Amino acid sequence: MADFMNIGVVRWFDRRLPILSWTNHNLIDYPAPRNLNYMWNFGSLAGLALVIQIVTGIVLAMHYTPHVDTAFDSVERIMRDVEYGWLMRYAHANGASFFFIVVYLHVFRGLYYGSYKAPREVLWWIGLVILLAMMATAFMGYVLPWGQMSYWAATVITNLLSALPVVGEALVGWVWGGFSVDNPTLVRFYALHFLLPFVIAGLVGLHLWALHHTKSGNPLGIDTTGPQDFIRFHPYYTIKDAFGAGMFLIVFAVFLFYAPNYLGHPDNYIPADPLKTPAHIVPEWYFLPFYAILRAIPSKLGGAVAMVLSIGILFLLPWLDTSRVRSAAFRPVFRWFFWILVIDIIVLGVVGANQPEGAWILVGQVATAWYFLHFLILLPLIGWFERPRPLPASIAKAVLDGNEPASARRGAR
Amino acid sequence: MARPEEAPKQDVRGFLVMAEHTPDAHEVGRRDFLSVATIGVTAVGAGFAAWPFIAQWNPAADVLALATIEVDLSPVAEGQQITVKWRGKPVFIRHRTADEIAAARDVDMDDLKDPQPDSERVLRPEWLIMVGVCTHLGCVPLGNQGEYKGWFCPCHGSHYDTSGRIRKGPAPENLGIPDYVFTDDTTVVIG
Ligand code: HEM
Ligand code: FES
Repeated sequence: MADFMNIGVVRWFDRRLPILSWTNHNLIDYPAPRNLNYMWNFGSLAGLALVIQIVTGIVLAMHYTPHVDTAFDSVERIMRDVEYGWLMRYAHANGASFFFIVVYLHVFRGLYYGSYKAPREVLWWIGLVILLAMMATAFMGYVLPWGQMSYWAATVITNLLSALPVVGEALVGWVWGGFSVDNPTLVRFYALHFLLPFVIAGLVGLHLWALHHTKSGNPLGIDTTGPQDFIRFHPYYTIKDAFGAGMFLIVFAVFLFYAPNYLGHPDNYIPADPLKTPAHIVPEWYFLPFYAILRAIPSKLGGAVAMVLSIGILFLLPWLDTSRVRSAAFRPVFRWFFWILVIDIIVLGVVGANQPEGAWILVGQVATAWYFLHFLILLPLIGWFERPRPLPASIAKAVLDGNEPASARRGAR
Repeated sequence: MARPEEAPKQDVRGFLVMAEHTPDAHEVGRRDFLSVATIGVTAVGAGFAAWPFIAQWNPAADVLALATIEVDLSPVAEGQQITVKWRGKPVFIRHRTADEIAAARDVDMDDLKDPQPDSERVLRPEWLIMVGVCTHLGCVPLGNQGEYKGWFCPCHGSHYDTSGRIRKGPAPENLGIPDYVFTDDTTVVIG
């Protein structure tokens, strides 16, 4: 970059609008820890997924009509008549799933390597706000094709507000703009579904600002000590992120071209019928664990509160985790409980996909209890009682001596 | 030719020192008052300005206007149920059998989650008219099903009896009863 910046007109421009030195500072000569492994790829992949959603979404918006009488047919027209409309819609619907896959992996990376700890608490919070905004966006997007699942998802989820004491009922009517989910609801969801991704893009800006202020964490979870711990972002991580993007796109393409409806629900190809609920309603896969938590509590308000708290408590994680050691690589006890938590959340997802009958009810309740137990009780205790393994003196030393723990190294270079 | 630049003055915190003067105590009090008054008035104004943006989400006049329907009951035989649409929601109209009425009346109030005698839920015992929306999260329950032979909601497993009262499952309340009147023996007006 230095040579390029020496060209006269480039320097002239940059003195007036320092966009080139800004880019250089943040993406080219930007110092990144030398030991980042592949779990650090998912942030850039989430950015790619957001771009895919915005580009395909704008295209869909050019053909979609937000009205209860025409929404379903306009989506079918996109699928059958609009040139490459099927591609745009499948890319958008599967893109939402892939967006959640990479963001969930990104969050689990944070949980494993203690990315939420000082000084990155605000960075973590912004990430959680992005997750909530994504959920709202995906929920409202799913309503737009106005199929049976769209309609009943909208009904069940908006009705959650009615669990609030006193104001609940009034609030639901206000969200609906009527006496039930209907045309006013569809149109306002469309407007918000269009808006929210751009709000998310703004939040991503704040997320990256916080990131570049505190700098990236790393699999060893120790602070950087000097230039020997860093490498330049370009070419090392630009090429690594590009490789990750290629891998992502391959898997994405497999779903897009060979199993475009695998992640969806066939009932959403039946037009919405306000008088008939499908026998088995389930949310999209990315909401299943939360849905299981909602149903685990046998009270309307209790279920809704538990579901909100399941993400709410993640905001307190920097304080619930009492250990000063960030990376699970040096935390033998925590590591076990991390993997148990992962299994617990997968179990919750399976429970969410099944009817609340028989043993599933009990499994859902135990898994929900464990989820909260993990964060509220076990995590603080582990931090106090666990004896972490000794930390290396610096990243450079651990890397050059070849004694990084396997769990911090995996795929590092 | 670039002009030689003088380094700007900074105070101890590193902020630029600009063309200001240090206010005396008397001025500080007056300025604080002005600040508080300005912020206060702006907040009130912002509140008033925000209201239309919130209120526009309420049900609009045309939506509110579609509030009553008239239903002819003559084709509904005993033991049958019809579903009509009222305010975008299903309304169940059930012509109950003598057994169903007896089952609905022969219940100990202490067994009910939302205690209400069957007589308070009907104008005429043979006609049970209710909003067919589960009081849990709004699905439409299925008729002639569930442990109490009334309605069963498949979404999260709520059981209602032959009076539409909640007996088991997560729903907190009985199925709602809309306002209705019989204008003659076979016609009912809902809403
Ligand atoms: C955060 C990014 C986004 C997410 C997670 C998301 C998610 C979704 C989902 C899950 C659907 C339902 C897909 C289906 O089953 O058909 C959908 C539909 C739709 N979205 Fe998005 N979306 C995003 C961004 C956007 C943007 C930026 C626009 C336009 C500016 C847009 C416009 C639409 C339209 C018009 C539909 C209805 C057509 C259809 O159902 O395929 N989306 N979105
Ligand atoms: S909506 Fe009927 S049980 Fe949940």
